[in-house]
Order: sequence, then structure tokens, then C-alpha cells
Amino acid sequence: MMPDSNVVLQLDNVQTWFPVGAKVFRQPDMVKAVNGVTLNVARGETLAIVGESGCGKTTLGRTILRLLEPTGGRVIYDGRDITHLTEDHLEWLRRKAQMIPQDPYSSLNPAFPIYRVLEEPLVIHNVSGDGGRSELVYKALEDVKLIPPEQFAPKYPHMLSGGQRQRVAVARAVILNPELIVADEPVSMLDASVRISILNLMKEVQAKYNIAFIYITHDLATAKYFSDRIAIMYAGRVAEIAPVDSLIREPLHPYTKALMEALPDPDPNNRFRDRLAIPGEPPSLVRPPPGCTFHPRCPIAKAGWCDVEVPELRELRPLHFAACHLAD
Amino acid sequence: MALLEVKNLHLYYRTSRGPVRAVEDVSWQIGEGETLALVGESGCGKTSTASAVTRVLPRNVHRYDGEVWLDGTNVMAYDEEEFRKEVRWKGISMVFQGAMNSLNPVMKIGYQVYEPLTTHLEIEKEEALDRAREALKSVGLPEYTVKRYPHELSGGMKQRVVIAMALIMRPKIVILDEPTSALDVMTQANIINLLKKLKQEERVGYLFITHDLALASELADQIGIMYAGKLVEIGTAEEIYSDPKHPYTQLLLKSVPLLRGTRTPESIPGTPPDLINPPEGCRFRPRCPFAFEKCTQEPPIKWGDRLAACWLLEKGGMAA
Repeated sequence: MMPDSNVVLQLDNVQTWFPVGAKVFRQPDMVKAVNGVTLNVARGETLAIVGESGCGKTTLGRTILRLLEPTGGRVIYDGRDITHLTEDHLEWLRRKAQMIPQDPYSSLNPAFPIYRVLEEPLVIHNVSGDGGRSELVYKALEDVKLIPPEQFAPKYPHMLSGGQRQRVAVARAVILNPELIVADEPVSMLDASVRISILNLMKEVQAKYNIAFIYITHDLATAKYFSDRIAIMYAGRVAEIAPVDSLIREPLHPYTKALMEALPDPDPNNRFRDRLAIPGEPPSLVRPPPGCTFHPRCPIAKAGWCDVEVPELRELRPLHFAACHLAD
Repeated sequence: MALLEVKNLHLYYRTSRGPVRAVEDVSWQIGEGETLALVGESGCGKTSTASAVTRVLPRNVHRYDGEVWLDGTNVMAYDEEEFRKEVRWKGISMVFQGAMNSLNPVMKIGYQVYEPLTTHLEIEKEEALDRAREALKSVGLPEYTVKRYPHELSGGMKQRVVIAMALIMRPKIVILDEPTSALDVMTQANIINLLKKLKQEERVGYLFITHDLALASELADQIGIMYAGKLVEIGTAEEIYSDPKHPYTQLLLKSVPLLRGTRTPESIPGTPPDLINPPEGCRFRPRCPFAFEKCTQEPPIKWGDRLAACWLLEKGGMAA
């Protein structure tokens, strides 16, 4: 693979499998949570990874951050192969790639005041800055609009609202000046009215510091608002990946179409019509269906083809890829 | 006549800092086969309203009064025993948020579904089991589900079981408190379709509690917007979605990100007030971009044919 200075992250056929049910003299079964994902993320870009629970999106996020070691394929960060690096050799990555977790109620240490929550990464990475650590902490609080910072720094997490806590989580992620942030459902636990303000905040710090975001979510509507590109995941694979406009205007994979059909916008006429919803549940990741993993639920699947041959991602429109034999 | 009518309902909780005014002077009604959605941010009192209607209350109740008329009877006057016998399950049943996790893991589904029939109506086991099969069929589950244990079912199937339980006594009203928020998009769409079908075929009335205005539009004939313990606006789905009058309703609608359409969602600045010391007058005043002097007085909700508790309507409303 050519090193490309504009690409911050490259995934090449990444697989992350977990063994389950190991017994003596018996090979364990494998949960194929991520099963062959190839994609790139450019500097300052936001890529949304959208899918239902159990599709492997969180495992993919954790693999990208090398909190998990992939079972196969390669993870290349800034031109460096980090696929199998051990923790001792990952300290630089821990600084450059950060995470914003889902639950602002459990991700902040309740015994630490906000100041210490934000100081912690600086201490671990031995960063002090010109004006000392307190200046960096206050600047991060200002970046996330917790103003005046002197007032928020001594507070404990329980004294803040859910939205304010998620602002602290954003501040903690940006304080080390990272290149990449993986945000795993960062707004799904917040009220609708607060969601937008956190997404706007992430947009703002992204533009200010040119950070690439990987936005993991089940919600296509916020993905549309927040992202440049969207990857739709199903059963451990990417079903479709495209720039937002192209994907929303013309979804090519039947699964993407179904996902969009299932999601309502506010409209008083909704109550007079049924929503088109495909029946069934996502497949087992231990023994995924042969061929296209979506074929058992797919309304247009062709026997003898879709249940036999695994579809590869094909570029059907400019930069718009879909893994479906029948899409054109 | 309305099937369920709530008048001047109040529910306060006692805390060490003083009473929390969770539900304050809330009134609305639901007709046969009709759905009212109560929508608002967390802590606005929508779930407390449901608790007050079904009298499922915590111990620290400070104030609990108002009228709840079910089919022409004020059931607030019932004592605990009458209320349990006449209202719960038979008159009003409930599907709570995450109710699928409340199924007993060591009991077969069939027994859990028919239990209210044997305990409330003293129906024989055989007949009750038949009715359980029927109820499960009506929510799209195969008959053999009666013999399954909860761990053998998926989340969506368990949620269907809980809906079957809520329907088995043929209640007039079903309270749905975020019935799909723990489910995936696709499963959610399937459950909503089921609820639509039951609404049409069985003529059940729903009180649908959700924070999601897009989801509310899937079922609601009427929408009630709650803010800080009060009902700030109520109207038909058409009125609320197409011509909202209260500034809070307008801002809430503008905060919804759309999948179709190009409008950019906007956030609502500020946070809801403390319900122990809510602001004088209109409780939305500190966050309201249109607030003026008069807003320190309590606004009436009725203005002509519209119900929105905002002084701006006195001047004929504001530009949306």
C-alpha cells in the first residue's frame, strides 16, 4: 500500500474474531464480529459507521484504536503498520488517537473533579505545555464551552448534566491534540435537544484542530448531519460506503434501503401508513449465512448466486461502493 | 365522551430539599382507538404522568391529586383494592421502557402471559393458555412461544410478548412508555407496525410516552408537549407538526435531525429548570428566545381553538 500523507487510517481486510465455547479437545467457535473490513479515513474527515446492534461497529472502533488486536488483515495508522504492535509500542498512538464513549454517566471517574479528569492524560503522557498543565486544562474547557473554566474545573461529574459531562468527554479527547477520535454513540444517551449541541461541538473542534472522526452510531439521521462519508455495516462487513449525499440520495444496497425506510421523520401522515420493515433479525456471527450475509432477509436475493458467492464492494457511482451482486 | 380523561393532575415527590413538582396541573383526554403522545426531554414529567394515571407510585409522594376518568368513572376515588381490580390490566395496562427485561427468566412465556387471566378473572388454566396462544398470535409470534423461556427469544420477540401481556385482558387503554427505545431501528419499525394494526383492529387507546418527535408521529393522533412538569402545548398531530404555537414546541421540532429534507437541526440552548424551585410564571422563560415581561406570570393554555401555554398567543402568536 502506498503511504499517503492525507490518509490517517487505512484498514486492509481487517478481521477481529473472538473465541467462544472452548472445551478440551475441541476447537472453539469463532464470533466473527469484524470479518474483512477495508476502508480509509482522510485527515480531518468524518466517517460514520452505521449499523444495528451486533453488526460489529463497536468492535471495529476498538480495533482501530488497537484496544483489540485484529485476528487478520492490517491496520495502518499514519503509514505505520500497527496491526500487531504490543502495548509498549503503542504509547504514541494512545496520544494521537482518542475515544469519546457512549455513556457520560459511567465514563468519568466520580471521585475526580473535572480538573483532574482532564489533567490525567497530560500526566500520563508527560505533557506540560508552555504555561503549565492548568493552562491546557482551562483551554480545553473553553474549547468545549464550559465557561468560565475556573467554575467548572473544581466540580465533580455528578454536579453536571448529561450534556455537560459529554462536553467533558470531548475536552478529554482533544486535550492531547489528537489526529483521530473514535466517537462510539456519543449522543445516543442524550436528549434530542442536547444531541445537536454535542454534534455541533464535535464539528467545531474538528474544524479547529483538523481532527478525523469515526462516528459510530445506529442513527442514520445524525450520521447524515455530522459526517462526510457513511459506511453501512451488516454482520461484520461493510455493505455500502459512500459520501453522505450520494448514500442518502441513492442508497444502492437493499439493506441500506431497508434501514432508511425503517426510520421516520416527523410527519403527521406517518400514522396512516405502515412503515416498510423487513422481517427477521441480523444473523449469527458464529455461523454467518454463506454468500451475502444479508441474503436470508433480502427482498431481492437470487438463489444460487446471493447465497453462494460473497459480494465484494464495487464502485457503482463515483466514490460510492456497495457490496451487492444485484445493485448496479 | 372521552375514554380516558385526566383533569388537573398533580404529582409531587418529597425530597430532603423540598417537594419536586414532577407533574403540575396536567389535563388531557384520549378517545376510543385514539393515541395521545406525551413528548418532552428527560425529567419533564411524562413518565410521572403515566405513574400517576396508573397509581404506580414510589413511597415519597408529597402530593397526588386530580381526576382520572376512565369510561365515565372517576377512578381516583377508588381505594387501592378497587383500583387494582377494576383499573389495572382490565382498564389500563402498561408496557414500560425495557419491560422485556422484566420477564421472569425461570418461567415459560405462556404462564407469564396468561397469569392475569387466572388471578384477575379466575379463568381455568386450559382456557387461559388458549387465550395466551391467541394473544401471542395477534402480536405475530408463533403459538409454540408459550413453551419457550425468555432467554430463547430475541429482544424484539420479548417486546412482543410484553405487548401481548398488556393486551390479554382486553384493556381500553394501553400506556406505552418508550416501548421501542431499547430496540434496533428495524425491530422498532416492526413493533410500531404491530401497534398500528392493534390500534385499528382492537380500537385500543394508547398513551404513548417518548422523547422522539419522529417516532411519536408514527402513532399519535394528538401530541402533548411537556416541559418541566407542565403540559405546555397539546393539539392534533397536524397542528403540532405543521403549525406549532409554543416556542418550546417549535424549538423541539427544529432540533430533530431529518433523514429526508435539508433543514439543519438546531440545538436548544440552556437546560430544563430545577423542579424543586421552578421559575415563576412560564417555566420555559429562562430558555425562551421570545420571553418578555409578562412571562413572569403564569400563562393560560387556552387561546381560541388552540391549546398552548404562552403569552405570545395573546398577541396572536409569533413568527415561527
